[in-house]
Amino acid sequence: MSFLNHLINGVSLGSIYAIIALGYTMVYGIAKMLNFAHGDVIMVGAYMCFCATVYLGWPPLAGVALAVVVCTTLGVVIERLAYKPLRMAPSLAVLITAIGVSYFLQNMALLIWGSSQKSFTSVVGGSPIQLFGGQLTIAPVTIVTIVTCVVIMVVLTLFTNRSKAGTAMRAVSEDKGAAQLMGINVNTTISLTFAIGSGLAAIAGVLLCSAYPTLMPTTGSMPGIKAFTAAVFGGIGSIPGAFIGGILLGVIEIFAGAYISTQLSNAIVFAVLIIVLLVKPDGLLGKHISEKV
Amino acid sequence: MKKVMQKFRRYAASKPGRDTLISFGIVIVAFIVMQVLLSLGMVSSLLESLLVPICAYIVMAVSLNLTVGILGELSLGHAGFMSVGAFAGVVASTYLADTVAFEPLRLAIAIVVGGICAAIAGVIVGVPVLRLKGDYLAIVTLAFGEIIKNIVNVLYIGMDSNGLHFSLLQQSFELAEGGEMIINGPMGVSGVSRLASFTSGFVLVLITLFLILNLINSRAGRAIMSVRDNKIAADSIGISTTRYKLMAFVISAAFAGMAGTLYGLNYTTITATKFDFNTSILILVFVVLGGLGNIWGSIIAAALLTVLPEMLREVGDYRMLIYAILLIVMMLFNNSSLKQRILEKRGMKQMEKLEKAEQSGKEGA
Repeated sequence: MSFLNHLINGVSLGSIYAIIALGYTMVYGIAKMLNFAHGDVIMVGAYMCFCATVYLGWPPLAGVALAVVVCTTLGVVIERLAYKPLRMAPSLAVLITAIGVSYFLQNMALLIWGSSQKSFTSVVGGSPIQLFGGQLTIAPVTIVTIVTCVVIMVVLTLFTNRSKAGTAMRAVSEDKGAAQLMGINVNTTISLTFAIGSGLAAIAGVLLCSAYPTLMPTTGSMPGIKAFTAAVFGGIGSIPGAFIGGILLGVIEIFAGAYISTQLSNAIVFAVLIIVLLVKPDGLLGKHISEKV
Repeated sequence: MKKVMQKFRRYAASKPGRDTLISFGIVIVAFIVMQVLLSLGMVSSLLESLLVPICAYIVMAVSLNLTVGILGELSLGHAGFMSVGAFAGVVASTYLADTVAFEPLRLAIAIVVGGICAAIAGVIVGVPVLRLKGDYLAIVTLAFGEIIKNIVNVLYIGMDSNGLHFSLLQQSFELAEGGEMIINGPMGVSGVSRLASFTSGFVLVLITLFLILNLINSRAGRAIMSVRDNKIAADSIGISTTRYKLMAFVISAAFAGMAGTLYGLNYTTITATKFDFNTSILILVFVVLGGLGNIWGSIIAAALLTVLPEMLREVGDYRMLIYAILLIVMMLFNNSSLKQRILEKRGMKQMEKLEKAEQSGKEGA
């Protein structure tokens, strides 16, 4: 029974990684950049929700909505100010700028909210569900997390495959120049991608802090790195890949912690990533682009 | 004498020669100035405490520049090698504490041991990593950095009259009477004798510069750069790309290990968490701001950016915020049209000067 418990916990943690990884993978697919500040957007989202529910006394859902709105705006602003001028620059320059933005957000949070830990109250109330005579307990937040992730995944897939804006997004990620010639506004499309990614990050932040209720300015960095790993794991640029990568990563992490060693669980997660990349250098669902001479 | 001068002038006029002279010049002048200031007592204790870390960071930045700037592969796990070097060096220096009484020699041995251990780690990491490309390679170096951090974090090494004892995860050995723990799992290392000094750091920087600059300007260095510029072309003219990639990567790791030993032996306590992803990024920032492939740029960037946050200490809590903003603004400026225009203007002025010189030369004739 503990196996099932670990599995559910793993899928729940993996769902959070998957939501973050979706943001990473969409931005990478379209702007070809590693947005290292993504993890810190998660942190900002969690703080927003915390402020709304604790300081202002808003209901949890309103807090989540505020977090999503703030993060979406933040994502667009960051893209406009810091990344847009560098669209033609070498990728390392963009990477360093993203790191600068990440430092900026962390230190801004440090100034506003201080370095002390805040204990986050879960946005999902209710008592744990007991199954099999109390042998299996599932926290409500676990179920909400998994359901949210699946819903987001389905909606996002429909959006990119069916809607006009989604088609534009795919076109821009395929070939910016050609997309522009077809009358697609590349700048708007990239902004939209950042907006969606950051909005998802806000949701992930709230869910993450509901499950692991400590909130600090550095809360977002490790989940950010792990989700990035998950995105690469599934094949960066691929939406289903990010989903599968995230879930697998979460399950591996929980199982490694439960059955091998908690201290080494991160090392095992990264070791699995390395092995996967050595066998499939483009990730699980990544497209292989053959080199032309 | 004249011939020597002429030779020197020609050397200084060539690009590799100029880079080498500038690099050594900066380091030697900085060292002399610091020594004078130190003897006059004009250096704040804060800056004094930063001198050895600056030396270590310079070596780190120069060695990472070999991977990122010269070989052209992004590495996000350089701090991992620093960690290997630091802990290996501390173990070596503690182990030899009784046999080698002369401290500088013990430090030198520790640095060599740290370098060798990091080089071995470099081979282990490099062989699988260098098969990948671009962002995938970067993420795997990040992964290895995290793995090294996690493993060092659960490493227990103790020493007694029977020699060294190792174990992973928990301390599974008993130490004999008079034995001591060197690495104590997550608590890291404590009570190390601080062997590193500014002078030893300076010497390490000089040795690093000498070896790396020589490597870059050698046949092997040009082969490494050809791999960066066009792998397929390099392959087609018979350069073993895998070999040169691995060579650059392992040498870079070895120097990172040496820097780690210097860094580790400058503090009485160190833990594995010090050498995390943020440290790797810090070094990468030095390299990118100093200019990819530009060795003296790395030196200046490493020194300035280590001192900068401390100089900003007066503004208190805002210092890291200002650091972040400076970082973004510098990257934006570096790639802006404004800089392009300034460079163009300077180029135009130089052209005019050349034309004038040419004309006056003609008139003279």
